[in-house]
Amino acid sequence: MSSKNSNEPMLDIFIFETTQLIEQLEQSILTSEKSSCYTPAAINEIFRIMHTIKGSAAMMVFNNISTLAHSIEDLFFFLREKKPRHIDCSALSDLVLEGIDFIKVEMEKIKSGDNADGSASALINSIKDFLLTLKQGDTSTASLENTQKVDSKKYQYYISQDRSKTYAHRNAFKAVIHFEEGCEMENIRAYTVIHNLKEITDQVLYIPEDIIDDDDSIEVIRREGFQIYFKTDYSYENMHEFFMKIIFLKDLELIQSENDDEFREFSKIKQDVVDEYPIKAPKLQEQDKEIQSASAQQSIINVSVDKLDKLMDLVGEMVIAEAMVIQNPDLKGLELDSFHKAARQLSKITSEMQDMVMSIRMVSLSTTFHKMHRIVRDMCKKLNKEVRLEIIGEETEVDKTIMEHISDPLMHLVRNALDHGIELPEERLAKGKPQGGTITLEAKNAGSDVLIIVKDDGRGLNKEIILNKARENNLIHKDEADMTNKEIFNLIFLPGFSTKDRVSEFSGRGVGMDVVTKGVEAIGGSVLIDSNPNEGTTIMLKIPLTLTIIDGMNIRVGKSRYTIPTISIKESFKPKERDIIIDPDGNEMIMVRGQCYAILRLHKLYRIRNSIRNIPEGIIIMVEQDGEAICIFADELLGQQQVVVKALPEYIRRLKKIRGLAGCTLLGDGSISLILDSGGLINF
Amino acid sequence: MTDIVENAIEMEEDTQKGRFLTFLLGKESYGIEIKYVIEIIGIQAITEIPELPEYVKGIINLRGKIIPVMDVRLRFKKEPREYNDRTCIIVVDIKDISVGLIVDSVSEVLTIPEQDIVEPPPMNKGFQNRYIKRIGKAGNDVKLLLDCEKLLAEGELEGLNETL
Repeated sequence: MSSKNSNEPMLDIFIFETTQLIEQLEQSILTSEKSSCYTPAAINEIFRIMHTIKGSAAMMVFNNISTLAHSIEDLFFFLREKKPRHIDCSALSDLVLEGIDFIKVEMEKIKSGDNADGSASALINSIKDFLLTLKQGDTSTASLENTQKVDSKKYQYYISQDRSKTYAHRNAFKAVIHFEEGCEMENIRAYTVIHNLKEITDQVLYIPEDIIDDDDSIEVIRREGFQIYFKTDYSYENMHEFFMKIIFLKDLELIQSENDDEFREFSKIKQDVVDEYPIKAPKLQEQDKEIQSASAQQSIINVSVDKLDKLMDLVGEMVIAEAMVIQNPDLKGLELDSFHKAARQLSKITSEMQDMVMSIRMVSLSTTFHKMHRIVRDMCKKLNKEVRLEIIGEETEVDKTIMEHISDPLMHLVRNALDHGIELPEERLAKGKPQGGTITLEAKNAGSDVLIIVKDDGRGLNKEIILNKARENNLIHKDEADMTNKEIFNLIFLPGFSTKDRVSEFSGRGVGMDVVTKGVEAIGGSVLIDSNPNEGTTIMLKIPLTLTIIDGMNIRVGKSRYTIPTISIKESFKPKERDIIIDPDGNEMIMVRGQCYAILRLHKLYRIRNSIRNIPEGIIIMVEQDGEAICIFADELLGQQQVVVKALPEYIRRLKKIRGLAGCTLLGDGSISLILDSGGLINF
Repeated sequence: MTDIVENAIEMEEDTQKGRFLTFLLGKESYGIEIKYVIEIIGIQAITEIPELPEYVKGIINLRGKIIPVMDVRLRFKKEPREYNDRTCIIVVDIKDISVGLIVDSVSEVLTIPEQDIVEPPPMNKGFQNRYIKRIGKAGNDVKLLLDCEKLLAEGELEGLNETL
């Protein structure tokens, strides 16, 4: 039903907003379902979201979406107003989620430029049925007052509806539309109305007449409303429905006139009757506004990443320029109190600004993680399993581009864990495990990586089955007896491998794990797997922190500066001569509290000139990664700082992979510091 | 509308065609196609990166962008020379890879018409010929026109050999 009056930017905004709303909606439904009750706040939110989707979809002429949203809105309007006590929560969630899925599918069609032509009528009918049963079940308990309130809208128009029967043809109407205050572009909205109206009838007159070209028309519409006179074959009811679809509609007066001459007189009488309507309506609007102001807190705009990158570069330049001004050699020896005061203020602002810009690109994993709730819920229902999803460290931030790459692999992993890993409740009980399984989704920063761990407490991987399957598909190129557990487990990441015999709806087409490795490798990460029979499987995605912000400790060796991720530093100390041990091969070691650690001299490793050679004069930094520790010897510590990790230039990466370097970063004064990869240094 | 854009692009290519930025390495004068050149900056603090071939001096911070710098002298196996205030870094962008080329000094932008450009003599013994695409004549001088893509690509091979 897409039409030509939807231009591109508007469509983009529509897609963006609706997608976000849908995500929000899904979230609140799932939380509500988990607590198995819909709180008034949740109902309000769902109602508001559906209302917005309905309005914007109608404006963009995606009628199937708007009618569906309308029916869900009706349902929640009922829930909100009547507060029925006995709601079948899971049935309700099912209905709404089904609706969400329908809208999602349509949105995909719209995005790819196809017509959103799906039909939601079956779904709408089931929603209506549900509403009906709710109403029937509720009539006894509902208060009389509430019923009247709900029906008030329809009630007002009963008279008119009767009339419309007598004048079934060529009905004349007068409509006065008031838009919500502050909705802006009233004239464009009015034009949309006229445009849609022209599809129904060709006899349309409206005041103000020149709505598009004349800017004053906005004022007129705001003040007096937008007045339309038109003739049509449609009934009053149909026309009312038509007008109610208008987005940001605040007030509608729709009047049917018997003939053109009586029009004015008639309208006056009618207005008196209709006036009652606005008296009751404001209550709804007030509530609406409250909710809207609450949602305004999380207003979001989308900005292209290119612009952010440029902004980041500019801020970087500014920091350098600032250092050039403040540390200007011309200022040496001058006593400039107020200058230094102002300079300090400037430094403070620039560093705050730098932090801000850096953090803009970062997004927390929480949205991606919470999407999994839905998957787990749906699959549990289908597969008759009981699974709890536990989320740890959702606040971990990753770069936007990385986030896009790991969302699909994560989904596959969760699906796999649920489908293949977790057993049926009976099976679990027989094994002496709790009836419900647990899938843990965990994210954390570890040294120079972000780790995302998907863990289940299911049956674990069966080595025999994996080997058999691999043999069938000719995937083994090594003596089986020599294969370690890890090597066997890694077979499941090969393309065309699936241990599940039947193909289920969710996983088991033998592409899943392959997709995971491809997706993660595309961003330079790796997948690690570990499993114990009957204890579960742990899959770890190791994602490099390119462009992620880390806390780093800056150190100096000779003239060069290095940054060590603070998280991997255990301690730093001034070494004493007597703690140092040298073995016959010349390897140096140091005793720390009875433990012996190898010493890694950075200057030796990277052939740095003019650095401190004598160990007691420098400093030892102990770094730890994956349970292994090493002592790095450097000249001095420079201080701790948040740094943006940048990859080394592509030319250098192509030239050679340098051991122990994770990337580089810019320091506050514009100089470059190399970031050490603690894991790489330990395994030197 | 599209015609105008296309024309503009053609114009740009036209103005860049046959123009070379010339720079000095010792006595020789080299030329590099102007379309590769992004900007010319003075020598600045270079952060050394370990384990790289000698001619890759390290990385510099060019307004927030980190680019590697290559000493063209060392690249051509010439004697190294102290950097001074005549030393320049020519920032070039070759197939989306930005690299800074350290040269003794930058001379001028020259237009060398097609008929004044000749193929280099077919002797492949010397080191330098690998990177020289053609030879341009400007007045009495001879400009060695660099093959930028080879300048970078050959390095990869060498780097690989060194690691092996």
